[in-house]
Amino acid sequence: MSALLTVDRLGVSFATPDGPLHAVDGISFSLERGAVLGLVGESGCGKSATASALCGLLPPGARTAGSARLSGQELTSLSEPGWRSIRGRRISMVFQDPMSSLNPLLSVGEHLVETLRTHQDLSRAAARTAAVEWLRRVGIPDPEARLASCPHELSGGMRQRVMIALALCPGPDLLVADEPTTALDVTIQAQILDLLASLRRELGMAMIFITHDLGVVERVADRIAVMYAGRIAEEGPAEMILAAPRHPYTRGLLDSVPGFRPRTGRLPSIPGTVPSPRDWPSGCRFHPRCPDADSTCRESAPDAPGSDGGAACFHPVGSP
Amino acid sequence: MNHALRRFESVLSANTPARVSFWVLVALYLAAIFAPWLAPYAGDDESRACSWAPPSTIHLRELDGSWHAPFVRAVSYSFDDDARRVWTEDSSCRFPIRFLVHGRLLGLDHPVVSPVVGRDAPTGRLYQQPGRPYEPAGRLYLLGADARGRDLFSRILYGSRVSLTIGVVGVAISTLIALVVGGIAGFAGGWVDGALMRLCEVVMLVPAFYLLMLLRAALPLDWDSRLVYFYIILILSFLGWAGLARILRGMIQSLRQSDFIAASRALGLSPWRNLWRHALPQTFGFLSVQATLSIPGYIVAESGLSLLGLGIQDPQTSWGNLLEESMSIAEIRLHPWSLLPGLFLFAAVLSWNLLGDALRDTFDPRSLS
Repeated sequence: MSALLTVDRLGVSFATPDGPLHAVDGISFSLERGAVLGLVGESGCGKSATASALCGLLPPGARTAGSARLSGQELTSLSEPGWRSIRGRRISMVFQDPMSSLNPLLSVGEHLVETLRTHQDLSRAAARTAAVEWLRRVGIPDPEARLASCPHELSGGMRQRVMIALALCPGPDLLVADEPTTALDVTIQAQILDLLASLRRELGMAMIFITHDLGVVERVADRIAVMYAGRIAEEGPAEMILAAPRHPYTRGLLDSVPGFRPRTGRLPSIPGTVPSPRDWPSGCRFHPRCPDADSTCRESAPDAPGSDGGAACFHPVGSP
Repeated sequence: MNHALRRFESVLSANTPARVSFWVLVALYLAAIFAPWLAPYAGDDESRACSWAPPSTIHLRELDGSWHAPFVRAVSYSFDDDARRVWTEDSSCRFPIRFLVHGRLLGLDHPVVSPVVGRDAPTGRLYQQPGRPYEPAGRLYLLGADARGRDLFSRILYGSRVSLTIGVVGVAISTLIALVVGGIAGFAGGWVDGALMRLCEVVMLVPAFYLLMLLRAALPLDWDSRLVYFYIILILSFLGWAGLARILRGMIQSLRQSDFIAASRALGLSPWRNLWRHALPQTFGFLSVQATLSIPGYIVAESGLSLLGLGIQDPQTSWGNLLEESMSIAEIRLHPWSLLPGLFLFAAVLSWNLLGDALRDTFDPRSLS
């Protein structure tokens, strides 16, 4: 099966007065048609910059390096008009905060009708019917009545359902979900995850699911890529990564989730914070926080995971 | 939008000055619309015999003590030792105030006589038509008369049509320009933004009043007043948009960073659609406040121009050129009612300001409950 999305040494840098800031520094992965990749990492490790680069939503002044190809079409060199033929109908996106992602002045129906009519040649009435159908599919009760509701009249979970309907109605091949459940409370999180998972299966769509929550990624992802400081630390099938992490960072993340692995005593945490892109550490970027680091780690950078996964580490967990 | 209307209603009901202002403005604008019907006389209907006649005294009782419907008497003047007019009522006649006569709300009964006034040589009495003896003619001056005996109340009503609309139309035009320029500059960014903002700065640098005087001096003085009216609106609004455009550009720039704009970009909407449908409507609350608060400025600017004789010219009226007659203190002492157009101006400007404050409360997020 040919890959839907092939990302090869993708870099994202932002122009600053002190020179370029490399937020994403050469990441590679590929995504099969209909598969789900969980992109995991702490805040500031480059997850959202990756998502923005894949949707062409980087702010002006940001530059990309390397390549990202969607069914063979290069994305990094697209112009703004070129992106418009991609966004929505090929790659769509769900954002983190449903509170601010809907235009407060437009009703739910107006949002949906507008998006539907942007991508399909529909009459107003036909778009309205389709909008009701989409609201029903994302599990909004009494969809006809909800069409006239404004965003402020809906709960956070309802708004995220509307956002999902908006993102899916153009029929994209790939959905980029940037922390879609982070702003919701836990019970709603589970509902939204189940909804995303079932709709994704139904539509046969691929998804990149970005989160910092390993408990969430476990529910949806086929493969997991763990990002740290602008690079991929470890990549592989979800069950392998969760059951037997090879990279000390992945292990640290898993250990710090309560109830994920059997343990006794105090909940461990990874000391320190993600370094700023302004001064990435030399060698392996995780070495200042790594319990197993030695002089090799400080001096040279480990190889990135290959196409079949693996950990970018000189001393993977479980090795002698 | 319904939500905003409901909020505006509740702000008005809590804010008495704003509520009064609202109804004052409604009354003023209705009066402007129905001016030809409400005014007892046409704007240029003059009566030289009644030059500077004071407001008419409205009587209910005849000299013999009998009661009548409200009526006025004919008045005439002579001069005292200091050459001031002394007005006397002609008690031999009675002119009842009629409603719905000559197609107007109120007026006097007698036919409007073409006013040719002279003095009959043998008798030394005034006549109205050559060869005809003088007949006393009553005139209804609710707010007094001007130098040519024209009814000030009627002229204020006709003048309000200019003074009250110039602000609204002018603000509408300048807001539209500001929306287009500010919207494009804020959304496009880059050199487009730079060029448009420099243009704004150049426009803001122009001292508006002097430019207006210069332009008026350069244009023909015998222009029709309607043409002058449009020209004043155009000039005022072409000078007024720049500041607003700069603020809008800033608002659009920050809106462009907002999540829902990014979301609709990610859903494949075109930048134009994003600008018109998603970004600009977010500024309408601010715009309506801003527009309301800048209407008084336009009203005052037009009055200033007309006062200086650069705007609307006699016989057409605006509140500004009506005030032209009360520019010297001597005139004000002799006939203080010539200041009354200023009172209307004051009421309109104050009301618009208070209403603008109420609108600001409506859209102020801190006052949202």
